[in-house]
Amino acid sequence: MEWRWDWVWDLAPRFVDATGKTLIAAGGGYTIAIILGLVFVLAQRTPLLPVTLVVREFVELIRSTPLLLQIFFVYYVGPQFGLTLSPWTAGLIAIGVHYGAYLSEVYRGGIESVPKGQWEAAKAINLPIVTTYRRIVIPQALPPAVAGMGNYLVGIFKDTPMLSVIGVAELMHTATAVGAESYRYLEPYTMVGAIFLAVSLPSAFAINVFERWVRRTLGMTK
Amino acid sequence: MTENLESYPLSLEGDGIPMVRFQNVTKRYGALVVLNQLDLDVSAGEMVTIIGPSGSGKTTVLRMLMTLETIDDGVIYVEGEPLTHMERNGGLVPANSSHLRRIRSKIGMCFQHFNLFPHMTALGNCMEGPVQVLGLPRKEAEERSLELLDMVGMIDKRDQHPSRLSGGQQQRVAIARALAMRPKVMLFDEVTSALDPEVISEVTGVIKHLVDTHNLTMLMVTHQMGFAKEISDRVCFFFDGAIEEQGTPTKLFENPERERTQQFLNAVLHAN
Ligand SMILES: Nc1ncnc2c1ncn2[C@@H]1O[C@H](COP(=O)(O)OP(=O)(O)O)[C@@H](O)[C@H]1O
Ligand SMILES: [Mg+2]
Repeated sequence: MEWRWDWVWDLAPRFVDATGKTLIAAGGGYTIAIILGLVFVLAQRTPLLPVTLVVREFVELIRSTPLLLQIFFVYYVGPQFGLTLSPWTAGLIAIGVHYGAYLSEVYRGGIESVPKGQWEAAKAINLPIVTTYRRIVIPQALPPAVAGMGNYLVGIFKDTPMLSVIGVAELMHTATAVGAESYRYLEPYTMVGAIFLAVSLPSAFAINVFERWVRRTLGMTK
Repeated sequence: MTENLESYPLSLEGDGIPMVRFQNVTKRYGALVVLNQLDLDVSAGEMVTIIGPSGSGKTTVLRMLMTLETIDDGVIYVEGEPLTHMERNGGLVPANSSHLRRIRSKIGMCFQHFNLFPHMTALGNCMEGPVQVLGLPRKEAEERSLELLDMVGMIDKRDQHPSRLSGGQQQRVAIARALAMRPKVMLFDEVTSALDPEVISEVTGVIKHLVDTHNLTMLMVTHQMGFAKEISDRVCFFFDGAIEEQGTPTKLFENPERERTQQFLNAVLHAN
């Protein structure tokens, strides 16, 4: 079996399209995760004990079960309770909630790294609690969290192939479809690997640069 | 939770209301009684210094007044109004957060480790409260902050972040930050303890200037007996969560009556 460049060339348009969908899935899922993560972490810090406990257990549950199961759950179990979702919607919800749980832990680490004296200084000038988060705590929690957030961005991107199991036409799904049509799998799966590599490596580098930029911008460098 | 709230006045009336009153205030951590039924009045414009051995509850007094700690018994009043409590249907109930915020606005505090906001410049630190809390226009907040940075001798460093400043410089910015909120009461908790000896006078100089030129009420915890003697109207010696002895600096430092005071002063003065 030999590598066929002409075929790779023929497949290119379908893979460009699928790459776009993969990036949309990763970007959409990540956007949901970033916001949900913040909701999860703040809910665990309210003075309302029941809210804290329920959210904490939920986050723990999500982190202890496989993403694939969660995707199936939203897509296949949902309809039995009258909640029928398209593959895209179900996939983005599952991946957003899953990574939201992980990001909430990253945020929590960041928030806990802010010294107690910062909260006290904010209180001493009478800053309201929301302003204290917005102006004092989150800006300081961000630099230590950026590395973790970046890792999960790459992670979410690498997990998008799981969405193929419910029929989201991302890269993996496309490669499998191409293989099934032609009984040739070498080129399609190699192309998927190459595309993932081509996106992941520069992303990791960019995240590193971004992290240093955040630190510098917030004046946190010694 | 304070017992017998009926026995505390809803507000203090009459002439000579103290700026701050601790009435029968108790603070515990679990079984440890940190402050035991403390009664302490501070008059408007008075400079009261708290001295005493480590662990005697000095910091806790200031932190309770700044509302950084809750109290277990008693009531704290500021300008005659309860701070830790508020009036409801003719009686006192524990204060809610908006009541705490209103009374807290009269109080400012400087900490041993400065606690400046590291992601803001010296000027940004001073402007934060005036802009975010008082709602001043940026221009006005900046003018106010620059005036104060000038007073503490930090105008040249206005655009520096705290990490670029020495301890003494950071503490002077912290004083300006607190003053920018125009508090009536200023609290200083060992503000020179974390400083190198040669820069201590930068900070004590600023406090002395404040005493001379402002009509602030001040409560200061310090280990610098010379400084306490020089600028205090009254010195309180704390021992084991209570005021063991208090009086004018001359009386307390030169003629202490209680044996524990004498022992403490002997130990401290000989250590130096
Ligand atoms: N958060 C806390 N939890 C438990 N004990 C505390 C806490 N804060 C202070 N203490 C204890 O309360 C006592 C008084 O502390 P503090 O007011 O800081 O004393 P000082 O400032 O006079 O050295 C000490 O025994 C200290 O260990
Ligand atoms: Mg102390």
